[in-house]
Amino acid sequence: MTEMMLLAAERAPIDYMAVFRQLVGSMGAMLEIFFFTLLFALPLGILIVLGRMSKNFFVRALFKLYISVMRGTPLMLQLIVVYFGPFYLFGIELSSSYRMPAAIIAFTLNYAAYFAEIYRGGIEAVPQGQREAGQLLGYSRPQIFFRIVLPQVIRNVLPSVTNEIITLVKDTSLAYSISIMEMFTKAKNLMTSESSLVPLIMAGAFYYVMNLIIAFVMGRVEKAMSYYDRKEEKEYGAKAKSKLFRIGKRSA
Amino acid sequence: MEQRQSPSSSASGNALLEIKNLRKSFGKNVVIEDISIQVKRGEVVSIIGPSGSGKSTLLRCATMLEKANQGTILYDGAQMFGLNEKGKYAYAPKTQLREIRRKYGLVFQNFNLFPHFSVIRNVTDALVQVLKMDKNEARERGMELLGKMGLADKADAYPSTLSGGQQQRVSIARALAMRPEILFFDEPTSALDPELTGEILKVIRSLAEEHMTMVIVTHEMAFAREVSDRVIFMDQGVIIEQGDAKEVMDRPKNERTKAFIQRLENRE
Repeated sequence: MTEMMLLAAERAPIDYMAVFRQLVGSMGAMLEIFFFTLLFALPLGILIVLGRMSKNFFVRALFKLYISVMRGTPLMLQLIVVYFGPFYLFGIELSSSYRMPAAIIAFTLNYAAYFAEIYRGGIEAVPQGQREAGQLLGYSRPQIFFRIVLPQVIRNVLPSVTNEIITLVKDTSLAYSISIMEMFTKAKNLMTSESSLVPLIMAGAFYYVMNLIIAFVMGRVEKAMSYYDRKEEKEYGAKAKSKLFRIGKRSA
Repeated sequence: MEQRQSPSSSASGNALLEIKNLRKSFGKNVVIEDISIQVKRGEVVSIIGPSGSGKSTLLRCATMLEKANQGTILYDGAQMFGLNEKGKYAYAPKTQLREIRRKYGLVFQNFNLFPHFSVIRNVTDALVQVLKMDKNEARERGMELLGKMGLADKADAYPSTLSGGQQQRVSIARALAMRPEILFFDEPTSALDPELTGEILKVIRSLAEEHMTMVIVTHEMAFAREVSDRVIFMDQGVIIEQGDAKEVMDRPKNERTKAFIQRLENRE
């Protein structure tokens, strides 16, 4: 079939609309991996960082090892292990319906490790004096964490989290290693069948636009969260403040 | 108050805060060696001494931010740190500790205001969250204190937009909002430009006039002499000399105190 299409491509000009539709059609897999990974990895990162910063030596060592392995081995390898693992380890028959869950599990486990390290940096950046001031004012430990430390942590980690989210968009293409037909794979196939670079460039444009949107949205959130910085005060003013008030409330 | 244990049996009389034979070391480094001090109600006590003398650590132990290794700390006769039934040096039970801590106020060297709260919220948040005070009532008390500090117009500003002196006044207002029985100052002017220290000293002076019980760790010798009833001079983890502020500063008996005061005077 590929050969036939190749031959056809040599004669007929490419149908841009058809390529566009096919690529859009393949975005589903990318978006699914993207959203579910964020949905699970962002909170899982909190659990991991709690373990990573635990007072118990063994708990701490365990989570340190986890993060080290997740960051030290290729995501593609992790994808393959999660997908084929059940078969090779337990002899469970693989079904294609397990592909997407496997991808989401692998992405989540990997990204949660990165998020945990980002959170740790954000937590450690809050001066100890903030906790001490809270203690002296009689706040309970949970109050100190949720009212005083966490809002500052969120502000601290946003730029790095944005970075990770943008990387995640591009990393979804790795799902091809367990035969998920996501946009990049689709574009590569179309490139071959249409013998043209256009599908690849189009896919590149899609990734780019999506990341542009993410960067824009996160930029707004970042500004809203920096309402208490001297720098932002004048430029952003009251609007950001009212927005943030809501965010602050929720975290309280 | 209700939690008061046996009234102190020692000869300390009506000491509000009493520290007995306190020791603290970080590893092999002994920072406080057998220190005993008393602070009476309404008294202003300044702790002076060269850096590294252990005065800040003493304050941190007294405010339970640092755990001492040995000794006893009594607040209003109730033991908050000392030997427990098991023969170990430990803090009093948590609930009792929180009760005592509630009567404490601490002003930090570097303010430690909450950067994500507006000035007024810095002052009132603990009232609402910890003391469960009505929001409007808390705001009223907060505004009154900010007015007293000359910062009423800054109520809705964020700390990062204030000068160091203003920030420190907010942090004093924050401590005062909780109506503490005793107020601790940890080098309250050390992080400030010289021209800003005056406004803080003015505030502390007015508190002294209201007979607020205060323990002040400071480098401001002239100020310590003027505002405090008693001065404690520390060096290398021990008290070298203590007594009436003017007596100690004007006629120091100990050689080290003499040298220290002279050195600072020459600098001024």
